[in-house]
Amino acid sequence: MNNSMITIKNVNKTYENLTALHDVSLDIKQGEFIALVGMSGGGKSTLLRLIAGLEKPTSGSVQINSTDTKSLIQVMFQEDRLLPWMSVLDNLSFGSKDKNTKAHAKELLDLVELGDYADHFPNQLSGGQKQRVALARALMSHPKILLLDEPLGALDALTRRKMQDLILDICQKQNLTTILVTHDVEEAARMADRIVVMKDSTNSYEETCPKNRNAGQIGIVADRVLGEILEEPEVQQQTA
Amino acid sequence: MQKPVTLTTTRKKINLPIDKLLPFLIPIIVILLWQVSSTLGWLSSSVLPSPIAVLQDGIELTQSGELPKNLSISLYRATAGLIIGGSVGFILGFVNGMSNTFRLLFDSSIQMFRNIPHLALIPLIILWLGINESAKISLVAIGTMFPVYINTFHGIRSVDPDLIEMGESYELSKHQMFFKIIFPAALPQILVGIRYALGVMWTTLIVAETISASSGIGYMANNAEDFVDMETVVLCIVIYAVLGKISDLVAKSFESLLLDWQNTGRSNA
Ligand SMILES: Nc1ncnc2c1ncn2[C@@H]1O[C@H](COP(=O)(O)OP(=O)(O)O)[C@@H](O)[C@H]1O
Ligand SMILES: [Mg+2]
Repeated sequence: MNNSMITIKNVNKTYENLTALHDVSLDIKQGEFIALVGMSGGGKSTLLRLIAGLEKPTSGSVQINSTDTKSLIQVMFQEDRLLPWMSVLDNLSFGSKDKNTKAHAKELLDLVELGDYADHFPNQLSGGQKQRVALARALMSHPKILLLDEPLGALDALTRRKMQDLILDICQKQNLTTILVTHDVEEAARMADRIVVMKDSTNSYEETCPKNRNAGQIGIVADRVLGEILEEPEVQQQTA
Repeated sequence: MQKPVTLTTTRKKINLPIDKLLPFLIPIIVILLWQVSSTLGWLSSSVLPSPIAVLQDGIELTQSGELPKNLSISLYRATAGLIIGGSVGFILGFVNGMSNTFRLLFDSSIQMFRNIPHLALIPLIILWLGINESAKISLVAIGTMFPVYINTFHGIRSVDPDLIEMGESYELSKHQMFFKIIFPAALPQILVGIRYALGVMWTTLIVAETISASSGIGYMANNAEDFVDMETVVLCIVIYAVLGKISDLVAKSFESLLLDWQNTGRSNA
C-alpha cells in the first residue's frame, strides 16, 4: 500500500457482449517486475491497454500513483512499430522536441548494443535488433512504468534469451516498474518478481518468485504456474 | 556484442557492361534487320519506310521547326493535364482517406464516374470546349485523376493502424501525424498511382490530338496520314515510344529517390 505504483480496483472491461476482464484487482509496487501469463484471449493485452490509458475500463478504476504525469508509461509490443522510412536514430528522436534528444538517443542505442546502427533503416535489421530499437525508443521519454506485450514472442530462442537479460538489466538499473505479458511460463519464472495468471478474464492465481533463483527453482515455478494455467475450471472450483 | 556487417553486399550489384547492354540487344537487331530489308528492297517503302528515312524525316522536321513546336505543345498539354488531374486526384484521395464523412459523401459517386471510359467523353468535351487547349488538357486531367485518386485513397486507408496508435501515444498533432506517419506510409501507393497516371496521360493525349487538334504530335501523325507521309507517321510512333519510356524512367527515379528506405533492405527474410 505504501509504495504501490499501480492500483487496479475491481476492473471490468466488456466489448459489446464479450467480457474481456472480470473483476480484476491488482496492486503493483514501485520497481516491481510482474509477469502476466495465461492462455491467449485471457485478457492480458486488455489489462495492459487499460494501464497504458489506451482504453478506459467499463467499471472499476486503474490508478497510477505518481506525481509525474507526462510520458510516465511506455508500451512495447510484439510488432516493433518502427517507422520504416526513418533511420533508427530518427525513430528514437521523432516524438520529442528536446535539444539533447539525439545525444540521449545515441546513449540508449549504446545501451541496447546498437550504437553502430544509428543510420540504418529498420528493414536492414534483424528481428531481435528491431525489438532492441523498440526498447530503446520506449526508454527515450524516461518512463517510470514499462509495459511489454509479448515483445519477444517473434524471436528465436537464443535471441530471446539475450533480450530477457538485457530487459532485466535495464529495468533494474533504471528502477522501472515493469509488466511483461508472455505466454512463456519459463520466461516469466526467469524474469519476474511476481507472476500473475490471467484466466477466464480475471487474475486467478499469483506466485511470488524467489530472489536469485537457480535453474532448478525456475523450472519448479514454471511448472507450477503452467499447472495453474492448464487446470480445468471445475477442478479449480473444488479446490477453492 | 554485434558489429555491423556490410548489409549492402546482400544485394547483387549489376555493373557488368554486358548486363547493361543486354536490354538494348533486341531493339538494335530489329532496327538493323529493318534497315537491311529496306535496302535490299524486301520491305517496300509504301509499307514501312527504312529507319534511315525516318531519321532523315525527323532531322528535316526539326530543322523546319515543325517537330519542336508540336512536341512542346504536346508536352505542355501532358504536364498541365497531369498536374491538374493529379492534384485533384490527390486532394480527393486525401480528404476521403482521412475523413469518413467525406468518404461516405464522395467515394461512391467518384467510383461511378470512374467506370465511364474517359475517352468516351471526347465528343462531349469537344462540344463544350471546342478543339482549343482546354479541351485536351481537361481530358488528360480527367484521365489522370482517377489512378492518383484511387491509389492515394487506398494508400491512406491502409496505413498500419499500429503505427497510428504509436503516433497517438506520442501525442502527435494532426499535422505531425499526417506528415510523419500517414503520408510516408501511403507514399509508395501514391507513386504507383502517379506512374499509372503517366501512362494514361500519353494515351489520352495522343487520342485527343489525333481526333481533334491543329497541333501536337498526335496531330502531326494524323496530318501526315492525310498526305500518305509514311516517314512522319512512323516517326511519331517512335516518339510516343520514347516519351513513354522517358516518363517511366522519371517515375522510377522519383520512386528510388523518395523511397530509398525500401531499397536498402537486406533480402526479405
Ligand atoms: N478492441 C476489442 N474489441 C472486441 N473484443 C476485444 C477487443 N480487444 C480484445 N477483445 C477480446 O477480449 C478478449 C481478451 O483479449 P486480449 O486482452 O487480447 O487477450 P490476451 O492478450 O490475453 O490474448 C478476447 O476474447 C478478445 O477477442
Ligand atoms: Mg495479447
